[in-house]
Amino acid sequence: MSTEKQLFTVSIYTENNIGLLNRISAIFQRRHINIESLNTSPSEIDGVSRFTIVVNMSEDNIKKIIGQIEKQVEVIKAYYHTEDDIIYQESCIFKMRSGLLFDERQIQNIIKESNARIVTVNRDFFVIEKSGRKEEIELLHRELSVFGIMQFTRSGRIAVTKDEMKISTMLQAFQH
Amino acid sequence: MDTKTIKKEAINTQTTERISGSEAVVRCLLEEGVKVLYGYPGGAIMPVYDELYKFQDKIHHVLARHEQGATHAAQGYARISGEVGVAIATSGPGATNLITGIADAQIDSTPMVCITGQVSSHLLGSDAFQETDIVGISTPVTKWNCQVTKASQIPEAMAKAFYIAKSGRPGPVLVDITKDAQFEEFDFKYEKCKGVRSYNPIPKLDPTSVAAAAKLINAAKKPMIVWGQGVSLGQAEAQFKAVVEKAGIPSAWTILGAGAIPTSHPLNIGMVGMHGNYAPNVLTNDCDVLIAIGMRFDDRVTGSLSTYAKQAKVIHFEIDPAEIDKNVKTDVAVLGDAKESLAALLPLLEEKTHPEWHQKFKDLYAIEYEKVIKDDLHPTKEGLTMAEVLKEINIQTKGDAAIVSDVGQHQMIACRYANFNKTRSNITSGGLGTMGFGLPAAIGAKMAAPDREVISISGDGGYQMTIQELGTIFQQKVPVKIVVLNNEFLGMVRQWQQLFFEKRYASTEMTNPDFVAIAKGYSIEAQKVTKREELKDAVAKMINTDGPYFLEVCVEKEGNVFPMIPTGASVSEVRLE
Ligand SMILES: Cc1ncc(C[n+]2csc(CCOP(=O)(O)OP(=O)(O)O)c2C)c(N)n1
Repeated sequence: MSTEKQLFTVSIYTENNIGLLNRISAIFQRRHINIESLNTSPSEIDGVSRFTIVVNMSEDNIKKIIGQIEKQVEVIKAYYHTEDDIIYQESCIFKMRSGLLFDERQIQNIIKESNARIVTVNRDFFVIEKSGRKEEIELLHRELSVFGIMQFTRSGRIAVTKDEMKISTMLQAFQH
Repeated sequence: MDTKTIKKEAINTQTTERISGSEAVVRCLLEEGVKVLYGYPGGAIMPVYDELYKFQDKIHHVLARHEQGATHAAQGYARISGEVGVAIATSGPGATNLITGIADAQIDSTPMVCITGQVSSHLLGSDAFQETDIVGISTPVTKWNCQVTKASQIPEAMAKAFYIAKSGRPGPVLVDITKDAQFEEFDFKYEKCKGVRSYNPIPKLDPTSVAAAAKLINAAKKPMIVWGQGVSLGQAEAQFKAVVEKAGIPSAWTILGAGAIPTSHPLNIGMVGMHGNYAPNVLTNDCDVLIAIGMRFDDRVTGSLSTYAKQAKVIHFEIDPAEIDKNVKTDVAVLGDAKESLAALLPLLEEKTHPEWHQKFKDLYAIEYEKVIKDDLHPTKEGLTMAEVLKEINIQTKGDAAIVSDVGQHQMIACRYANFNKTRSNITSGGLGTMGFGLPAAIGAKMAAPDREVISISGDGGYQMTIQELGTIFQQKVPVKIVVLNNEFLGMVRQWQQLFFEKRYASTEMTNPDFVAIAKGYSIEAQKVTKREELKDAVAKMINTDGPYFLEVCVEKEGNVFPMIPTGASVSEVRLE
């Protein structure tokens, strides 16, 4: 059913413009739609930025949102994808007490099994980094939290689609 | 000698000139063909005003009495002419005072360019005197906006502003220019904007969708059109009329659509929406094909969506893809410019007359006439009705006037009863419902169309929201005709209090000043009418006066506007009393 809520990832190709983040977030805010995560970065095209936004809503409504986003003058093109349409990653960093590495042997195993990586170790703390799918990160968080986490932060989702988005051809067509 | 460099220099001296950013602003306006702009000076925009002074023989700056008035005047200018309206203000309070007009222009798709001064760039973010983040504030209500901090950015920003404001679905844009950018000198060169790569103002017409629309229309037994402002914005009146006439389709309008075909046209079946006509509202829920043209299914038009035209196939002709399926699910969407789409549709249509279907509209009109219209136009009670004032204006202007209404009961009465022979004649705040819009909008309309009779019709409430613009009329000698329909109430709110709040008239009764004396204070000829017998002569006096004129008509205090679709009810549940 297209009125049932589900997770959608939105890819927006835009001109590089400082005001645009404001315009795009206002579209969600006005309609009381909570943004689960938001990432902005350069894209595969020179001078074109890419927003990746994750929201939980119905397909009927995401279609309307895409219309509103594309209506913004400096948005080149916006797409929405289901979980099956994309390959995505999120990443996270944990800061933990260094003593744990010696006191709690299983931490080493957790890091290994979860494909996480130790970024740095010093006398007081060490830092673990992990990229992966949402559930993997949640699992790692759960496993590590029993030992006490000094700091935790997690990035927004970044995603590429399995199918082509034809954005370059679109841009070329415009330049005649 | 190196001929290459000489050549290059020769080109440079021809095409660029060293001027200040502030002069560039005015030169850009001239390049865009702007003849009039409305505004109010102040510190952060003074360099531009200094240039407006120097260029006063080429461009006419109209000093409004409040920046909101300047925006509405620019809107009135744009609405009647189709040209871009321009408003200009200083930073801080000057800029924030523009917001109501900008929001109004955004929701009513009015092309407008607003220019604001801003504190110098090194002060940005320091809470400097009269610094306000106008780009941030105006973002949700502009089609596009930007801040310029260097003189060299001015030509491109201005060119883009005009292009974006008027192309595709029009709208307001704002260009905020820091004071240092206004002072800075640079090599000026102007190039009109011909396109923005991320912006596709007019979607490409898809012939298969036009064919699908034609097929549905040709097979329809009970087709009905609802058209909006898209017809006149797209200058598609002729194509629209041809379609309506060939396919013989009863056609109703939203308030911003009024006049695209004349009120008296036999296929014009009246207005839809909350206070629209009975027949088109009721029969929206009876038609088999509903053809929406350049309209956006506003809630004031549709009433309850869950019971709106559920039986009908819906065709939507629209320039803005975001409007498709936004409120009403369509069976066929025809994206594109109305003129092009309707021209493509016309040859595919079969000639039809649908006499039985038309009869249904006539029958319902007769009911509305008996229950509502008769008493509105030919009252037997003592008090004057708003509608009889409109009737008198219709007679004396022969339906050729542009009616600029404010917001409230008088607005609905004006829309319902004014005769519009010409397109772009119903200038009113539709989407935002901005009280105070009327008087300043009439100034802009009259200045853009000096040959037309422009009549501003306001209530005693809304009139006082921008009454200071009488000063603008006085100073500029704008010959607008100002009618105030005085019921000593915020009438529309009072009507709701009567119907839905058991007559608890909370803060809707008005103790009014001597309006005639106020007008006379601005040297505007003025008259007050309290009796039916005086009305005809008073309207004649107003129309025959060369300059501006003020006419106050004291109407019945507790008159109501019917028909009415109560909020949340279905269009077919429209009440006649
Ligand atoms: C700026 C603004 N404030 C409040 C309203 C709400 N409102 C809508 S109609 C109306 C009453 C208008 O009264 P008046 O101008 O006297 O016109 P009437 O309805 O009596 O014709 C009010 C207060 C509004 N539309 N705009």
